[in-house]
Formats: sequence, structure tokens, C-alpha cells
Amino acid sequence: MEYLLNEQQKLVKNLARKIAEERILPVRADLDEREEFPWAIMKDLADSDLFRIFVPEEYEGLGGGCLDLCLIVEELSRVCSGVAVTYAASALGSFAIRQFGTEEQKKKYLPDIAAGKSLTAFALTEASAGTDATALRTTAEKVTGGYVLNGTKQFITNGGEAEIYTVIALTDKTKGPRGASAFLVNKGTPGFSFGKKEKKLGIRASATIELIFRDCFIPEVNIVGREGMGFIQTLHTLDWSRPGIGAQAVGVAQGALEAAVDYARQRVQFGHPIIALPAVQTILADMAIQVEAARALVYAVARTVDSGAKKITEESAMAKVFSSDVAMEVTTKAVQIFGGAGYMRDFPVEKMMRDAKITQIYEGANEMLRITIAAELRKRRGRRE
Amino acid sequence: MNIVVCLKQVPGTTQVKINPQTNTLIRQDIKNIVNPFDTYALEEGVRLKERYGGKVTAISMGPPQAEGMLRESIAAGADQTILLSDRAFAGADTLATAYTLAQAIKKIEDYDLVICGKQTIDGDTGQVGPELAEELELPFIAYVNKIEETTTGQMRIQRMIEEGHELIETPLPAVISVVKEINVPRLPSLRGIIKAKDAIIPVWTAHNLDVDPSMVGLDGSATRVVKIFFPERVRHGEKLQGDLEDQVASLIEKLRKSRVI
Repeated sequence: MEYLLNEQQKLVKNLARKIAEERILPVRADLDEREEFPWAIMKDLADSDLFRIFVPEEYEGLGGGCLDLCLIVEELSRVCSGVAVTYAASALGSFAIRQFGTEEQKKKYLPDIAAGKSLTAFALTEASAGTDATALRTTAEKVTGGYVLNGTKQFITNGGEAEIYTVIALTDKTKGPRGASAFLVNKGTPGFSFGKKEKKLGIRASATIELIFRDCFIPEVNIVGREGMGFIQTLHTLDWSRPGIGAQAVGVAQGALEAAVDYARQRVQFGHPIIALPAVQTILADMAIQVEAARALVYAVARTVDSGAKKITEESAMAKVFSSDVAMEVTTKAVQIFGGAGYMRDFPVEKMMRDAKITQIYEGANEMLRITIAAELRKRRGRRE
Repeated sequence: MNIVVCLKQVPGTTQVKINPQTNTLIRQDIKNIVNPFDTYALEEGVRLKERYGGKVTAISMGPPQAEGMLRESIAAGADQTILLSDRAFAGADTLATAYTLAQAIKKIEDYDLVICGKQTIDGDTGQVGPELAEELELPFIAYVNKIEETTTGQMRIQRMIEEGHELIETPLPAVISVVKEINVPRLPSLRGIIKAKDAIIPVWTAHNLDVDPSMVGLDGSATRVVKIFFPERVRHGEKLQGDLEDQVASLIEKLRKSRVI
């Protein structure tokens, strides 16, 4: 399919594929098995300037857009979603700085993020606040010169490994949606520690951990934007990042499709490769259609984001929901085509199936996002848009 | 520290096919790659530059399309490149190649070290490195797997020998050839690729170099490739007859006869 990528986008895509095939492929099963954080690969990505893509040029980045990021995430995820999400989470964790940060914050943090010296993490979820972000309990109490954070964040991607955390905490419980604010917290800040490291079904190379704040003092200069803007910044952040999850889903689905075709070509039953069986052919064809449709939607939404469109909630939710459902379906079918072998950990498709599942869950559960899309439909229709 | 790295573009080995009629390489549709051993040479050059300063010059003799490979070398850290390309250079054996490279390197003048891969994967001779050192009248150290230390005008190098390693001190400038154990070449970076895209790749022809026309290309070659062919594979099996004892006796006799035992 011709997606009319520009020079930089082609270059970025090819480079990400090269890294994925040369550096990630040989170790992916091991990373998955041992649940090991992929530091060596993060270094490769950093040396190849891929962290520069999501940082503006004035802060030593390459100023790429949402589509550039999606291309990288897709290529990495085609080989290993655990590595892809580790990379993507750093783009997510630094979004607030890029978008809402002060000049000082940008100068202080972005060059190291661009160089891949500092990974970042975005910390919203809590035990009581998953889909319902308004149920947050982590508080930020105003004191002289700054704020004091108390509370526990849960399921934080890149937690423990990242240097810089964008943490959403309540600055005023009485103000509802205007009561939360975003703070930049450095690893090693007194009162900030790490709790339980989660053991996961999939994306096991990525780190998912609890963040614990006990009377953790954050200087005033580390608040992102104005006090009370935390929820709005969060919504913007997720609108921007959801196409990336779509790309992650497209990548893992593409990886599963390729593996399934390769296997069907060489697996002989009844004297012929099973790809000669119409039953297998139709499954493969459906997989290919789904993957391509998901990719087209993700790229189109990423381009919409890059066009500077203001309202992208609906579109970005669509890209995430559709692609993640495709990823689950396609990876499940890939396992089916592999048959018994597909169920075994010696073959890559069971990992892909495990990895795909999370894309339907995080950055907004698909059910919740469907409700969001429906609400937008209703509003737009109401406005006769 | 200024370093010259010699690169060669070679056909990607996985795709090489030989025309059975003419016994020559079918070069159409073959993707050319950098000789893999040369990528270690380039990486080592770039690492030395990063440690000690200076610049890395990548040099290659080859057809005009070798330009792409030199561009890639910029993405991988080379500061400048030179392509030696001229019809007069064509058909060169290792001697003529080494002579031509040496004339170009002499023209570069300001260099402390020349690094080559230990051999190419197409010619497989491993001769150009030592011949180049001879032409330049410089010390040559082959199969280097570690550069321990570099001080002004001096370098401590570890090389692989049959059983173990040899530690050598050599004055600089020198020519070395490296093995793949020396490093893991880096992946290209986006900024490097962008820089490479706009880079100018100078092409030096016979006119730019102070060369004796009778010493370059086919005319300057001491050897000629007469024929490339697949060795005929002759294999035959034989089934031993009789009971087990007879079979063993006959097998031993056959092995003795063929001097295996």
C-alpha cells in the first residue's frame, strides 16, 4: 500500500525496522521469558536518534510528528511490543513537558530525553482510579515554595527505570475536574520510591511498577502549566498518544500475520503446505485485510493530529480501539494457524497474542473509548457538524 | 588522530549465483553491501576518533555506485570520503588495488593509522592490507582484535594468532587489519543519515592521482582470473556385503588402503 510517506518518515521506518530485526529479534524471547528491561535496546534506539523524533528541534530533537512516532512504534512492535511500549512510554511521559511545560522545563529536560539519556513515564493510574481518572487519591498539598505529594500510583510503565515522571495529583479535591495538576518528579527525589514490580501476561520486557510518594516535596518550578490543569492536560496527552497504541497494535498484528504466512507456506499436512488449503487462505486473507485497514486508520489519524486539528478525541480513540481489536483477533488467528506449535513458547505467535491483549485495555479501555466516540457522535450531530 | 579506513563494496553473499555457462558471477539484481569486515574497521576508526579526536576518512576503489556505500559510512561516523573510480582502475588484482589505494592515501598525507578489514568476502585473499602497508612503507599488523592504547606516535595493539593473542607495540603511522571480534558496529543514526544525504562524495580518477598507468587496473595486475567454477562434487557410497564380521574386516581394509587409518 502506498502511504505517501515523506523522506524522513521512510528513513525513520527503515531504521526502526533495522534495529528491530538486528537487535530486538535475537533477544525478544529471552526478554519476555526473563521479564528483563531492554536497556541495551534503549541504548541502540538512543544512539540511532530515535528518541529525538518526538522532541522539537530547538531542544536537540528532530521535530517529528505523531505519524513519525507511529511508524517507529509499529516497526518495533512488529518484532516486540514490550520494547515498543517502553519506547512509546517515554514519548508519552514527556508530552506534558513538550506541550505545556515552561521554557525552563523544556531546556532542562528535553535535551536529555532527546538523547535517550533520560527515559520518562506518565503516572495517572491508581488502585482506585483506572478508567475513572476522577477517583484519584494522590494529593499534592501546597506548601511554601512548592507542593508535597502523598499517595501511590499503580501500573506505571517505565516506572523504576525512567528518570523523569509526569505525575497527576489532586491539588484541590473540592474542584472536581479542575482539582488535579501535573508535576515533574525526578527519580531520587526524597519521599519518592518504587513499590511492587508487576508480573504481566504480555509486554513482559516493559517495566510496570508502583510509584510511592510519602511527603515528597516538589518545588513550585516543577508544576506543569497552571495548577488545576492536570486533567485537561491528561486528556490532551492521551488524545495525542492513542494513535501510538494503535500503531503498537498494528505492529504486533503485522508480525503475527507474517509469521502465520511463513508457517503456512512451510507446514505440510496431507502432502501440501497448509497455505494450499482454502480454509487457511481465507483466514490469512481476513488477517491481511484487517491489518491493512487498521494501519490506514492509524496513519490517517496520525496525519490528522499532525495537521494541527484541535478536536481529535474521537479520531484518536477510533485508531486505538479498531487497531487493538484487530491485533487481538489477528494474533489469535495466527496462533490457530500454527496449531499446536503456536501454543508453544518456542514459536513467537503465543507471545504476540499475549502482547496484543494489553492494547485493548490500556490508555483507555476499548469499551470506555467507544462511549467517548458515541458521545462525540451525539455532540457533533447535535451541532449539525 | 586521523584515520583512513578502506572499504569495499561486495555482492551480498546470500544472493550470489554463478552463471553455469560462463562460470562468472551473475551481477544483475545482486544487492551490494559493504564488505562486513570493513564495517568493523570503520567502527574502530570512529571509536578512536571519538576517544582521541581527529577525523575519519573512508576510502574505496570501485565503480561509481560505490558512492552509496561511502554515503552510508558517513552515517556510521566517517567525516569525509573519497571514491577512487576510473575505468583505468577496473580489473585490478590485489597488487594493483593496493598500489592505487596507496597513491590516494599518500595524497591524503595527514594520517596516523590506516584500518582495513581482515579480508573481503568476495575476493577472500586478505592481501590488500599487507600490500598496502608495503606500498606505503609502513608497519603492518594483521588480525587486530583490540587496540589497547594510543599515545603520540605509538600504539599498543592486540592481535589474534593461531593459539592466543599477541601484544604488539607499533610506531605510527601504521596499517592494521581487524577481525570481527574487535567491536560491534553501531547502527546508523538519523542525524548521521541526514548528514550523509547531503554529503559530497569526491571522486578521484587516475588524473587526480600520481599513478603509473601501467600499475593500475588490469594492466597493473600481476594475476589474472582465468576461470571461476564450482568444483565437481564426486561422492560415491558402497554397500558392504556379508555378515557383520566380514563387513568390519572389509571396512578396515578399505580404510587402511585409503590411508585413513
